[in-house]
Amino acid sequence: MPGNDSDNILHLDAIDIRLQETPLVAIDTRIEPGEILTVMGPSGVGKSTLLAFIAGFLDPAFSARGNVWLQGRELTRLPAEQRRLGLLFQDPLLFPHLSVGGNLAFGLRDGNSRRERHAQIDRALADIGLPGYADRDPATLSGGQRSRVALMRVLLSRPHAMLLDEPFSKLDMTLREEMRSLVFSRIHQENLPTLMVTHDEADAEAAGGRVFRLLPPT
Amino acid sequence: MGHFRRSRLFLMAVRFAPWLAMALLIVPVAGGLAGVIGPAFGWLPALDGHTVSLTPWQALWRQPGLVDMISLSLVTALASTLGALILVILLLGALLETRAFRAIQRLLSPLLAVPHAAAAIGIGFLLTPSGLANRAMSPWLTGWSYPPDYLFPGDPWGASLILGLVAKEMPFLLLMSLAALPQCQAQSHHRLARMLGYAPLTAFLKGVLPNLYPLIRLPIYAVIAFASATVDVAMILGPSNPPTLAVSVIRWLNDPDLDRRFMASAAALTQLGVTVLALLFWWLGERLVVKLMSQTLTSGRRNHGDRLIGGLATGLTWFILGLLGMSLLGLMLWTLAGYWPFPEAWPWPLTIGNWMEAADTAWHSVIQTAVIGLASTAIAMTLAIGSLESEIQYHRRMRRRTQLILYLPLLVPPVAFLFGLVQLQAQLHIAPGWFAVILGHTLFVLPYVFLSLSESYRRLDSRWAQVAATLQASPGEVFRRIRLPLLTLPLLTAAAVGFAVSVGQYLPTLLLGAGRITTLTTEAVSLAGGGDRRLTAVYALLQLTLPAIGFSLAIGLPKLLLRNRRGLQPA
Repeated sequence: MPGNDSDNILHLDAIDIRLQETPLVAIDTRIEPGEILTVMGPSGVGKSTLLAFIAGFLDPAFSARGNVWLQGRELTRLPAEQRRLGLLFQDPLLFPHLSVGGNLAFGLRDGNSRRERHAQIDRALADIGLPGYADRDPATLSGGQRSRVALMRVLLSRPHAMLLDEPFSKLDMTLREEMRSLVFSRIHQENLPTLMVTHDEADAEAAGGRVFRLLPPT
Repeated sequence: MGHFRRSRLFLMAVRFAPWLAMALLIVPVAGGLAGVIGPAFGWLPALDGHTVSLTPWQALWRQPGLVDMISLSLVTALASTLGALILVILLLGALLETRAFRAIQRLLSPLLAVPHAAAAIGIGFLLTPSGLANRAMSPWLTGWSYPPDYLFPGDPWGASLILGLVAKEMPFLLLMSLAALPQCQAQSHHRLARMLGYAPLTAFLKGVLPNLYPLIRLPIYAVIAFASATVDVAMILGPSNPPTLAVSVIRWLNDPDLDRRFMASAAALTQLGVTVLALLFWWLGERLVVKLMSQTLTSGRRNHGDRLIGGLATGLTWFILGLLGMSLLGLMLWTLAGYWPFPEAWPWPLTIGNWMEAADTAWHSVIQTAVIGLASTAIAMTLAIGSLESEIQYHRRMRRRTQLILYLPLLVPPVAFLFGLVQLQAQLHIAPGWFAVILGHTLFVLPYVFLSLSESYRRLDSRWAQVAATLQASPGEVFRRIRLPLLTLPLLTAAAVGFAVSVGQYLPTLLLGAGRITTLTTEAVSLAGGGDRRLTAVYALLQLTLPAIGFSLAIGLPKLLLRNRRGLQPA
């Protein structure tokens, strides 16, 4: 059953992903607005495959059944760019050919005047504690700063739901705490249904939501 | 003790290899350019030129159509490079990570091995008024029972030349781009941009291309330099009156009037200037595009006519592929054709008479081509492997400047420095012949062999060598018993690439062999100027077959020899 149109629910409807008929991942659940569902499991168990399927990058070697619903739209038939999913990768992946502000502008939807876009970017930078960083080269930022810019870039593209792909695994311990609380608080603030894939128990604890455990194939 | 000495000998040889390679690349180019400067200013003792003057330049300026020649060279070079690059960019952008892309990739790679002259001859035959393209559409569609009257190839605007160059350069640029994609995190950036809502082509143009372009800049410059100075392709497809500047240089050089050599030298230097000018125009164009596009990059627009442009690119790529495929078919038919009147699309009856007739002389050319190809490939492979091994033994990665030296023979127009080499050759009383021709070929084979091999050589897991070293293997043994066997596949591929490059060479054979050495390429090009399509087609097809055999061996041998070593098999 698809969710009601007005509800911002990420509905994973009877999803079953197989590799040459070997079942890999099966999940059937609804993620409420602002809820963070954690998918856990050891590496090689198909966590990333699930994420790739939802995002629209599933390798043709896999076969998948089931539907993904978001705001009453069925996503699996749409190309990745039309799904309105915000994906936070393991690496910040800031574009090296653009400034920090340029990276944010890349995420920002078009439509406003150039001046308004600049103002939006300045506000966004202030929001993540990096005021005045617009013209900086992303290569000069620290790891934590890059992660914050990457988060803001995703949020500026106004996604309807979030996917987190081990987003804190490459940060060191102290930064990890900080990034977690920033990401989770933004997700709650924007009321986004979120699916997080991780192998770190601490991530699941901090998210505080349901945990879905994938078992190694037997 | 002998073990120890051998090992030192190996390390010494490896130490010298890069210097030898660099010398081989720099000395002939620099020497050749120097050798052309003297005669350009009237100084060539062998021909009684003892005074320095501007007479050759005055003679050159007086040549009718000089400006047309120069502008033809410039326009065809820039237009063909731009066309090939745009096709490659759009194709990558529209099809990256799709299944159709893999198919096109598989089809394009063997095209790289097709010699320029063979491709040009094939395209010329296909599109000429009485060519296969018109035959296939006549008379049922066009109503023609006689070939229509238009000039192609050889149209005065150089359109056929541009088309031929695009078809031949596109696979090269695509392959260089594919090799560079992982280096600029193309896949991650592309996915990221798409997740942010960008349509595939726009995501590529805004998120990937700005980081990819710097990595393929040198190959692009090499393409411009080649296109601005090509002789064989321009002779086959280009206009003849006036031709491009490079073709004129060769004509003047071959003029029975030896005094023309002074003017030809001045023209060869002018050709260098034309190539530099073409590169300069391109460089200015780069600046302009960067300036114009910087706002668009971050405008937030997610779709710039993606579907339309992507569809167009795909269509054009299939058109180019079809063009080359049809050209090949046309060549085959011509070699088997007896009487083949115009609107007939299929020659009937088929005959092997053309092959029998060509067999005697063609056989001779096949042998010469193969000998030169094998010898130059062997030298180039030795130097390339030695240089790469020295990087490992002495922990010195090639710097950007050294990379530029590698591209030297591809950036300096061969017509300029080879001609100078010929002058030097005469000056130093070195008889033209095998030695000079093989070295001349090596000059062009080495860069391609090196580029083809370097990625795999540098990426080979260094732990293999460490394991072997802890088992008491000397550096020489590690090289011979570990590195070389593990690299069987890339080594064979590099050798096949090198052989193909040698087979395709026209100018080095023509100039350094002083007409005494003929290869399939020199024969095919000179036949293409005549009227005998059947014989020309035989030579073009043979010219195409030799590299194809090379690549088949490179793929087939490991499958056979290493059938019990699955880890070393081609994927």
